[in-house]
Amino acid sequence: MDEIVKEEIEGNVEIIIYGIINSIILSLMALGFTLVYSIARVPNFAHGALYITTGYITWILLNKLTGFPYPLAIAIAICVTAVIGALIYRFILIRVRGMEISEIIATYAIGLAILEGLRWGGLRGGTFTLPPFISGSVQLFGVSVDYQRLLIVGIGIVTFACLYLFTHFNRVGLALRGIAQDERAAMMLGIDSDMTAIVSLAIGSGLAGFAAILLLPLGNIIVEVGYNVLIFAIAVCVIGGLGSWGGTILASFIIGFAQILTEAFLSTHYQMVVALFAIIITLLIKPSGIFGKQKELEERV
Amino acid sequence: METMRKERIDRGVRVRASGLYAISSWREMLYLMGPPLALIIGVILLPVILELAPYWKRVINIMCVYALLALSFDFLANYVGLVCLGGAFFVGVGGYLSAIFNVYLHFPVYLSIPLATICGAFICTFLLMPCLPLRGVYFAIVTLMYPLLATRVIEALDILGGTNGITGLDSLPNEYVEHYAIILMTLFFLYAMRRFVNQDVGLVIRGVKDNDQAVKASGISVTKMKAFAVCIAAFMGCFGGAYMSHMYMWSGLSMFALDFSIIPMASVVIGGGGTLLGAIIGSFILVPLSEVLRNFGTFRIVIYCALLTGFIVFKSEGIMVYAMRKYHQFERWVKV
Repeated sequence: MDEIVKEEIEGNVEIIIYGIINSIILSLMALGFTLVYSIARVPNFAHGALYITTGYITWILLNKLTGFPYPLAIAIAICVTAVIGALIYRFILIRVRGMEISEIIATYAIGLAILEGLRWGGLRGGTFTLPPFISGSVQLFGVSVDYQRLLIVGIGIVTFACLYLFTHFNRVGLALRGIAQDERAAMMLGIDSDMTAIVSLAIGSGLAGFAAILLLPLGNIIVEVGYNVLIFAIAVCVIGGLGSWGGTILASFIIGFAQILTEAFLSTHYQMVVALFAIIITLLIKPSGIFGKQKELEERV
Repeated sequence: METMRKERIDRGVRVRASGLYAISSWREMLYLMGPPLALIIGVILLPVILELAPYWKRVINIMCVYALLALSFDFLANYVGLVCLGGAFFVGVGGYLSAIFNVYLHFPVYLSIPLATICGAFICTFLLMPCLPLRGVYFAIVTLMYPLLATRVIEALDILGGTNGITGLDSLPNEYVEHYAIILMTLFFLYAMRRFVNQDVGLVIRGVKDNDQAVKASGISVTKMKAFAVCIAAFMGCFGGAYMSHMYMWSGLSMFALDFSIIPMASVVIGGGGTLLGAIIGSFILVPLSEVLRNFGTFRIVIYCALLTGFIVFKSEGIMVYAMRKYHQFERWVKV
């Protein structure tokens, strides 16, 4: 009798711990997407592609150049991704800005081109892996958790804090928020709209890369991951309300726990199904998402 | 330094052909009827012309299926304002329904395709109903999810043949029926849609895109109109899917593949959005191109995407609009 109770408690603790980890993972995935949408108003469908690109660049640096230091490889990969993001805006999106259909198609096409190009270039199978930062695991309330996952939670929280500080106590960050809140007023105060959009795309892509570096050591670098990341990022953003930060974090906790629960009680097959159903249900009940700040809902959505 | 400006003026024959005088001479009539007749006759004769190249005869069918999908994307995106990234969903629903009717219920081909088309259109509309109040980015995002969701559900529940798909569908009676069924349907849908968008209902639907508040203020339900439009688009997509499942005698998860969403989209952008004919021309260019590039594997998608991005950024009007301008007008440089 006592055994069963004890196991049940352990099961619950496991669900809570892994739920939190999964939620942080999801919010890291979604962070870049939200940032770009909230500031540049561009749905960056190339998000998943940028995510994979970072992982791939790091892998190349680590494996093709012997003895390349891991931290330096990470830094270079993230910088390259950020530059790619900025270039995408500067040379392609800037020409179609404001035309929603074209924006969607252009970013989606770029993302597909990158992902399928990588697949064609030989990015398949399980040979592409990044080493974890610190290997090994620890017992936490009787549940074994590896250090990488703990690190993700820690760094994730630090990232949110840094981003908050950046957007609230920094000239550039304030400019970004200004454009996000009221583009015209911000432009009257001398903030360059295109420049902020470039910066936001660079930061958003950089965040996608950052998430990739943190999360990819948990699995393989494969193209499908890119699609999944895009879907999860979109799911989290739509449920939380596109462009809302608090909503993003809350939504990632909702989906994160829902996924862990389905994994525990149903099977892993349903993970994606849960995310997709959550989107549809949210859109049915409250189209602007939990914390959607869209004014004139009828007009915008 | 004097500046020059490009001036565009309608050709004389166009002006003459625009009124009743069009029927006054063969030349005007040919000017009006030439291009559409060339297209119709050309497409109808294609299977006969390609008699010597059996491989390319199969390509005609696929080309027409993609043309139908492109037509449905063009209609939804440029007339209703719903960017549907999930064209594959229509194909998949049509294909699977046809397979169910044919294999499980033993309906003959000429019954299973129409039934699958009609039922599929209603099922797709019903399933997309929750998303219809959405617009722009939101609708695009959600429709992108639908084919993925369908794939995962089929995989997870292991229904409808699971990952293997449903095999053993009846093929179409003979080769020529196979070709002409899809060719005639494509031409029919093309001209039907061109008429439809200029009917009263079509005008209301276009109103939904341009100014949905005005439509609402006129006492017309926007969501109902959108549902109607989606139903029509799904009808075309489902027909393509049902036909294709019979052509391959198989219906599986790859019916929900990305290709069915991305190639029609690329066709519309390359052919010229909002012209309907452009969608068809675009897919008649892209699908043979993809066959030529078959050896490159997934690199094909990279090429499409590059083309797509290039067209959207630098030549967003598309081939069709460009060609029409050249056909109807001449250009000259004049001093300002």
